[in-house]
Amino acid sequence: MNCYEAIDLMGDAIEGTLALEARAGLDDHLAECPPCCTYLDQLRLTRQALGHLPGPGETGDRSSDLIAKFKREFPAGR
Amino acid sequence: MRCRVAWLFPRARGSVRLMQGSGEPKTTETDVRAKPWGTEAELLAKLRAGDETAFAALVDDLHGWLVTLAASFTSSPPLAEDIVQETWLAVIRGLRAFEGRSSLRTWIFSILVRRARTMAVREARRGVPVTGSEGRNGDGFVEWAPGRGRIGLWEETPIPWALEDPAAIYQSHEALEVVRTALTGLPVAQRQVVLLRDVEDVPAREVCNILDLSETNQRVLLHRGRAGIRRALDRYMREGARPPSRAEIGRTSLLTRQRSRGPEDAGNAEAAGLKGDSRTTSGGTP
Repeated sequence: MNCYEAIDLMGDAIEGTLALEARAGLDDHLAECPPCCTYLDQLRLTRQALGHLPGPGETGDRSSDLIAKFKREFPAGR
Repeated sequence: MRCRVAWLFPRARGSVRLMQGSGEPKTTETDVRAKPWGTEAELLAKLRAGDETAFAALVDDLHGWLVTLAASFTSSPPLAEDIVQETWLAVIRGLRAFEGRSSLRTWIFSILVRRARTMAVREARRGVPVTGSEGRNGDGFVEWAPGRGRIGLWEETPIPWALEDPAAIYQSHEALEVVRTALTGLPVAQRQVVLLRDVEDVPAREVCNILDLSETNQRVLLHRGRAGIRRALDRYMREGARPPSRAEIGRTSLLTRQRSRGPEDAGNAEAAGLKGDSRTTSGGTP
């Protein structure tokens, strides 16, 4: 496997969705290709960071309005 | 050099982790998205029983990302807020009939995208541009495509980030701000896919449905988007380039201003650290 093929597989690799055979090939490539290895590592960290992003901003002043509408639709204890 | 990511592929345990298809959740980070209300079934039961605390928690949890996603469909922040408001009302109305064929969150995001499309188109007729910033695109940047190797991914050979503990990157408020800024600056289609797939963990199949994308397109957009965010993180890790504060910048086009390196000679792949001599192409690129 060369870099071009390896790079095409990286998205699936960090999601753990690569088929076993492709993964073995990628693994072999990574073992001898520091740039791809580093890149994949950083891609994985990038994805992890994205998964840890806290939600942006405030809920806003309309949330009490929403909750009122929710209560109207779903009166508790009914 | 010993490959630092070899543990990514624990062959001995491979069969446990290996899943075909693209719709499974992350296996290692379920705790990250653990919610105070327990399982989704429990949440749904609480909502249907009229538990307003559960509803408020759901709103708190999702509202910001819904606004971010809505803002990718329109250049008008008030319209984005309206889209989200309409989405929540549709959620309230639809909760009883919700059949759980997708996760609750996926369902909510799909409602949002449908509303956003309808409402943004309606507004566009009144002169409000449909989408916001085009982000990094349009300034000569070469986007990655399958079969093109590192072109569009890295201009200089990647250098490992000096991290003793990889977790430091998502425990650092500053690094997360770099990520958020980069996400906001991505071209619209990439931003939408990355937000749903990597931030909200919506399965690939569902993202294709929600955004009306082919699987190939979705994968390419995701890879491009991740590459853009990695680039920002890389700059931060190597140069300590902090994201501009919100006061310094507008809501959009952050990366365009931040980018210091221009696109390099696209034919210089080998010199940039690519191993392998044959350039394989995987047919047409989307």
